[in-house]
Amino acid sequence: MVEFFEQHFNFWIYVILMMIGLWAVIAKNNLIKKLIGLSIFQTAIILFYVSLGVKENSTIPILDHHAPAAEVSADPHHNDEPSETGNHGELHPKAGHENDHHADAHVGAHAVEPDTMANPLPHVLMLTAIVVGVATLGVALALAQLIYKEFGTLEENEVLEIIKGGEAND
Amino acid sequence: MLSKVFATIAVVITGGLLLYGVMDFPAFGDPHSPPNAGVKGGGESISQYFITQTYRDTKVPNIVTAVLADYRGYDTMFETVVIFAAGMAIFAILRVVGDNNDPTKKELSSDDALSQKGDHNRIIIGTTCRIIIPIVQLFGLYVVAHGHHSPGGGFQGGVLLGSSFILLALSQNLNAALRRFSEKNYFTLAATGILIYAGFGVACQILEKNFLDYGVLQKVLFTDGPEMARSHSMLGVEVGVAFTVTAIMFSIYANLSSRGTLKDGL
Repeated sequence: MVEFFEQHFNFWIYVILMMIGLWAVIAKNNLIKKLIGLSIFQTAIILFYVSLGVKENSTIPILDHHAPAAEVSADPHHNDEPSETGNHGELHPKAGHENDHHADAHVGAHAVEPDTMANPLPHVLMLTAIVVGVATLGVALALAQLIYKEFGTLEENEVLEIIKGGEAND
Repeated sequence: MLSKVFATIAVVITGGLLLYGVMDFPAFGDPHSPPNAGVKGGGESISQYFITQTYRDTKVPNIVTAVLADYRGYDTMFETVVIFAAGMAIFAILRVVGDNNDPTKKELSSDDALSQKGDHNRIIIGTTCRIIIPIVQLFGLYVVAHGHHSPGGGFQGGVLLGSSFILLALSQNLNAALRRFSEKNYFTLAATGILIYAGFGVACQILEKNFLDYGVLQKVLFTDGPEMARSHSMLGVEVGVAFTVTAIMFSIYANLSSRGTLKDGL
């Protein structure tokens, strides 16, 4: 049980964060507090996605194509390519790579093992989600400002009462 | 009060179901989990393809940028359009032309308003921001221009550039920022960014390939091969994204902080 929790504690944290956000969206009366809840919810989703791409002992998904081959790869076959700066035009097809599980995984002077790099896909998806989240939060805040200008309050029940009162008068 | 009880029950049920679902999830950091390595017998997963083949396909070392701007080019283009649409929506919701609609507006010139806040604050904040803002902008430009070789890209660099203008508006006032980056200029810049992005797509179509299929641009960019054309096109596309994000981030701040009047600010 302890081992299970150690391996899955990240998901527990996101579920708890998501519950906090969801509770704020449903139960809070103030529109700004609802927006804060929505942002917490969004943060939980982003953390969830990024954590799915985590691999133990892996690095960022950026290839070190400028580095001398000896530094990034322990493979002695690739020491003949110290730097390929300014020479991007040619591919480097090298045969006879012993521990190469992916036949054409050569990147510049060295091969890439997928397990040594974090999964880039969640990063890509969340990168755009964050920026679009900021933009949509801006729209939500603009709407909240408009509601405050119109009704003089940001409390949901007071706004609803004013709307219902207006209908009764009509 | 009763609604809060119901909300708590709903949230606890949702959370309980999700926690139950967690039991089937892979362990944290497992390189052979389905998202990282695909399912058994399903062959190479798409993320493994990206890690091993991106440099061969595009000559871009930053895999995230390559996936963002090339493999998922459509997606990123319309994400940029979403940001542009958000800026337009805020403009449509809040913007008040003229100043007769704002009851809180006092006839205070910006310099009067500032002198009331005390000069000592202004000197410290003003001097600090005078030093910091150019560095932030320079770093933003680096993040955009070097985004396909190191951590960075159009979205991140655009946010940095936009935040430098927001910092200027916060440290002095909104008018000081708007003098350097007026409403006309930022909306022109935002539209230009999307036009640059779409222009790369249309250029590919003119050269008889699919929309955003950058490889064919080697005929106009005079590169060594289609891979380098992809690399250069990604830089151009990222610049377009950075334009739009910079402009829209600042426009969101300017409209929200001044209640749409673009005067005085906070």
